[in-house]
Amino acid sequence: MTEKGNILLVGVGGQGIILASKILSKGLLDAGYDVKMSEVHGMAQRGGSVTTQVRYGEKVYSPIIGKGQADIIVAFEKMEAMRWIDYLKPNGKLVINDYEIPSVPILVGKDEYPKDIIKELEHKLDVIKLKAAEVAKEIGNIKTQNIVMLGCLVEALGLNEIDWEQKIKELVKGKYVDINIKAFNKGKQLAR
Amino acid sequence: MKELLTGNEAVARGAYEAGVTVASAYPGTPSTEILENVAKYKEIYSEWAPNEKVALEVSIGASIAGARSLAAMKHVGVNVAADPLFTVAYTGVNGGLVLVTADDPGMHSSQNEQDNRNYAKFAKIPMLEPSDSQEAKEFTKIAYKISEEFDVPILLRLTTRICHSKGIVELEDREQVEIKEYVKNIPKYVATPANGRKLHVKLEEKLKKLEEFSNNTSLNKVEWYDKKIGIITSSVSYQYAKEVFGDNASYLKLGFTYPLPKEKIKKFANEVEKLYVIEELDPYLETEIKAMGIEVIGKELIPRVGELNPDIIAKTLLGENKEVIEKNEEKVVGRPPTMCAGCPHRGLFYELSKKKNVVVTGDIGCYTLGSAPPLEAMDTCICMGASISAGHGFSKAAQVNGRETKVFSVIGDSTFFHSGITGLIDIVYNKGNAATIILDNRITGMTGHQHNPGTGYTLMGEVTNEIDIVKICEAIGVKHIEVINPLNLKETKAAIDKAMEVDEPMVIITKWPCVLKKSPNEEIEEYGLADRKICEVDQDKCKKCKMCLKVGCPAISFDSEKGAIIDDTMCVGCDVCLQVCPFDAIVKVGE
Ligand code: SF4
Ligand code: SF4
Repeated sequence: MTEKGNILLVGVGGQGIILASKILSKGLLDAGYDVKMSEVHGMAQRGGSVTTQVRYGEKVYSPIIGKGQADIIVAFEKMEAMRWIDYLKPNGKLVINDYEIPSVPILVGKDEYPKDIIKELEHKLDVIKLKAAEVAKEIGNIKTQNIVMLGCLVEALGLNEIDWEQKIKELVKGKYVDINIKAFNKGKQLAR
Repeated sequence: MKELLTGNEAVARGAYEAGVTVASAYPGTPSTEILENVAKYKEIYSEWAPNEKVALEVSIGASIAGARSLAAMKHVGVNVAADPLFTVAYTGVNGGLVLVTADDPGMHSSQNEQDNRNYAKFAKIPMLEPSDSQEAKEFTKIAYKISEEFDVPILLRLTTRICHSKGIVELEDREQVEIKEYVKNIPKYVATPANGRKLHVKLEEKLKKLEEFSNNTSLNKVEWYDKKIGIITSSVSYQYAKEVFGDNASYLKLGFTYPLPKEKIKKFANEVEKLYVIEELDPYLETEIKAMGIEVIGKELIPRVGELNPDIIAKTLLGENKEVIEKNEEKVVGRPPTMCAGCPHRGLFYELSKKKNVVVTGDIGCYTLGSAPPLEAMDTCICMGASISAGHGFSKAAQVNGRETKVFSVIGDSTFFHSGITGLIDIVYNKGNAATIILDNRITGMTGHQHNPGTGYTLMGEVTNEIDIVKICEAIGVKHIEVINPLNLKETKAAIDKAMEVDEPMVIITKWPCVLKKSPNEEIEEYGLADRKICEVDQDKCKKCKMCLKVGCPAISFDSEKGAIIDDTMCVGCDVCLQVCPFDAIVKVGE
């Protein structure tokens, strides 16, 4: 096993990023990689921006990813993609959920939600964009957005040797397993 | 068996494997999950103490009784626990005693970024610093051995990155540790001046032996690679250094950082050409090493402010700058944390924000967010409990100097139990007139919903005695006490207005469960939480005055065409915005 990777998941508190990264890191662990995953709790959960960083390889030292070092960024929210874009390798991949969550300065009218974020990023690099919220709604539960995004990530990185459905079964509550597996496979399709 | 654990989970596992039987803590980011995970092991008695001083004292008592015990807290919590800490260093232990300090470089969720390694030296307590989850577990176990062998308490120092990063941990079985016999020993455990003088001499002897241990232990280990560069480092900085330098440097990785292994450091320094000290925050290692007459490069290049990372090391020591994709700052708007939709604190701060000639002294908790726009209804936030005492000081200064300012101190339920009560006693005893508002949301919110003396449940999930805040205030001698529903703005305003008039100690208790709390059934019923209907905007009636935006609810946004919009996935139907709209444009869905 010579592969290694740096994965950055960014979004907003409440979008289910933590669960997605849990499934991701458990899958990588069971595949035999050394894995480190870093997340910040506390204030960030009160509507602030949330990131988790997952690093895997034969041996991983730092739990955090440096600027220009992420192989892939999975942005659960548009503006968060721009906030973290300097962490992506110049030839890295970007998966964006075409979804807006206005922050407080925008809600109270001090700022406007920035326009054409995806367009501008598409200028700079190849972007996989999707409307995960809509996809999740169609499947039947908007809360599976995170797993749609996870499916995309797995496909984009080609991490296909791992039995992800099994991991979902292990980490998702019983009655939600099927719908999450559906969401996962839909996400995979969309990234192709 | 291997598992992915955070540093906090690993410390809990380490305590379990080490045969710990008593653990006490006060929640605080980034330390909270240590005790939450200890509580999963039924072999350990675990509890939330009302504050960190109590937590450490409980652990000290258990240690003297002969049990292996643990206390855990965030860095500023150690300030609260400092009093017993300095003396237990003198008395030593019976059962092993470990104090975990979780520091927060970068202040992800703290009011300062003090470097608690200084406490080890200051309080004369041996310190261990793990650099990842596996070590967090290992070092916890070793800490108990050292504690008992040398008769000292141990400081186990973590940082946010250690606490909240997951890494692979090898699980082992629990060691069966019998509780030690307790033998009455007055010269050891009664720190009177006469005993203390002798204990101090003993402690200095212990520290000498511990320095010898430090020189020999594999906790401090050398990794030889290229000898052109030598790096002395500890904690997560070791991982960052390895990431940047790899095999291009040799390392002296310090896991036991007080007392420092002076001989080992000297030897290492002699064998390398250039010596770096890579450490986060204060020049703790650097100062000591320089005092030994060794030349090192450290803080003149590596910042002493903020969290360290591989980028900073590569840039400052190697002049490397990574190629990055440029980010367009114009397309990024800040995303500060905010009170949740339906937060019971919102109405109170909305009403306070409208008052003129009022000063609001704040405290530590979710309600500190009352200082953020658009509410901005807070003037100070210093530390746990300071809202009441600093408020009292502020109002006395105003009084003495003839200023007409009314002071309101806002403090949460958990924080009131932590260290607000003493401040309130001060107000009553010294005839202050600052008004105290206790925001009783029935839980410890900010740290992620831990029980506290007011909730009726223990950390281990048992039903218990509920401490009654009203009765405490009465017992202290407060004559004016109002318990209100903070979602009712009229009621809230009336209570504030009354406090403006009363020239005596007054307490307002805003009682409503945190919107994120998983309330027990009784509570759901008591507050009618099950059948609340959410709100919507009647667009025909909305005059686009933006008044509702002033409550700062994240569920409300504004569109210049449509007017106010309420996000139906976020709104919980607290009705605060509904009461604010001057045109009755906000209505209950389905009514
Ligand atoms: S306060 Fe009422 S009228 Fe004014 S913008 Fe909000 S909903 Fe519209
Ligand atoms: S009722 Fe109004 S203030 Fe309360 S949660 Fe809903 S939108 Fe927010």
